[in-house]
Amino acid sequence: MTLLQDSAFLRLAAGALGFLAVATVVARLLRLRSGSETVRNLNSRINAWWVMCAVFTAALLTDGLGSYVLFGLLSFLALREFVTLARTERGDHATLLWAFFVVTPLQYVLVARGAYGLFSVMIPVFGFLFVAVRSALAGRTDGFLGRTAEIQWGLMICVYSLSYAPALLGLDVHGAAGQGPKLLLFLVLVDQFGDVFQYIFGKLLGRHRIAPGVSPNKTWEGFVGGTACAVLLGAGIWWATPFTPWEAAGLALGIALMGFCGGLVMSAVKRDRGVKDFGRTISGHGGVLDRIDSLTFAAPVFFHLVRAVAGL
Amino acid sequence: MIDRGLAPTIAWLARLVTGATVAWPPDEPLFRPEDGPTVFIANHSSHADFVVLWSVLPGDVRRATRPVAARDYWGRGAGRILAEHVFRAVLIDRAGGARRTAVDRMLAALGESGSLILFPEGTRSLDGRIGPFRGGLYRLCVERPGLRVVPVRLVDLHRVLPKGHVLPVPLLSRVAVGPAIHLGEGESRVEFLDRARRAVEGLA
Repeated sequence: MTLLQDSAFLRLAAGALGFLAVATVVARLLRLRSGSETVRNLNSRINAWWVMCAVFTAALLTDGLGSYVLFGLLSFLALREFVTLARTERGDHATLLWAFFVVTPLQYVLVARGAYGLFSVMIPVFGFLFVAVRSALAGRTDGFLGRTAEIQWGLMICVYSLSYAPALLGLDVHGAAGQGPKLLLFLVLVDQFGDVFQYIFGKLLGRHRIAPGVSPNKTWEGFVGGTACAVLLGAGIWWATPFTPWEAAGLALGIALMGFCGGLVMSAVKRDRGVKDFGRTISGHGGVLDRIDSLTFAAPVFFHLVRAVAGL
Repeated sequence: MIDRGLAPTIAWLARLVTGATVAWPPDEPLFRPEDGPTVFIANHSSHADFVVLWSVLPGDVRRATRPVAARDYWGRGAGRILAEHVFRAVLIDRAGGARRTAVDRMLAALGESGSLILFPEGTRSLDGRIGPFRGGLYRLCVERPGLRVVPVRLVDLHRVLPKGHVLPVPLLSRVAVGPAIHLGEGESRVEFLDRARRAVEGLA
């Protein structure tokens, strides 16, 4: 596989691994000294990153198939957490069966085949209409609009949006094929980096809350500091991407902004439903959706920006 | 041989599909069979109820626990094989005239240290709301003084596998176990059943 012979990509991957190893040691040492919430949060993020690494590696070694399967599984788990909080009931049962067992796998099959014309409209057009019709056929109209909308929301955020991440594997950039894995790595690195540095800056310097009613942890200091770090990182690794330094910086800015928005919106959803986390999959530190909420907003925007910037 | 391996496998599958998490009452020691006969009472809204509750019990308790099931539903065909041979259900008649026999069978199954899983509503609720409790629970407590009753609230299972459906939607469900209650000295049937019902309802 040519990617594994691509020295720039390998250097970036090695660098990321090295950084992760150092971060792990530091975080573990910190935990020995303090059991504070911040330290636990950092440790749980780092654990999630190791899982992402293992999975990313497995995906690369299976020539991309692993990526589609992995993200498909993530979407399934995220959808499960989301629908649990939604106000669905008996009449939605059949619709939900379709959503979980047909729409979700189908979306990833289409993405794996690179059928852009289909995977970019299947859920927003066909899925959207089908969900409404199937629920209407079930005949229960109490709260119909709300229930239907919540299922459509779940599919859009947990399945459609997230599927744009592995969809990057099929993109040609500046006429060159096979750039996909670099794009995916760039997206995930910048997104997670921005996420954690928004958190750290927020903890260290945070004073002015952005939306106190929604999320007490999101501050302007955290947002600006974290986003700036993400842009610097993105620009700094331009040599391992098919972009120029300015393109890389601009795309990183987009990822960090959308990542922030994703976190904010999902916090609003959680507040609405009166929960702190979406699930308990990751012991004591929330569910799958809590870890990838920023990615669900960043992935589709990044995909389309790259497509616009670099053409197909 | 079937019941050794099949029952735990079904339980594992149920936990996987429903993602059930369980919350035990704080400050109460975990149940052991030698603590005496126990009846777990739970709200009923799905065929998945028994399996999910059963699957979260600690191993030794689980092995001594049997479900109480309706004979008119589970007494025939494949359902009967599942109920009687795999899970060792106590089959009772739901019809009014057979109440004495039903209680006798439950008492016999309890023995000295067994446990039962009972759904006092007697039928599956459609929307997760808890209906009135039938009298069998009261009669059990009268006939077996000191019987420990453990209330359990099963949350969202009616959304995973509602009445009338066969395929489950893999939502995350929860099992909330409450502190044990006992029939009070001189407590009436109505009072006790109401207290038991509120004990289950109050867990979520």
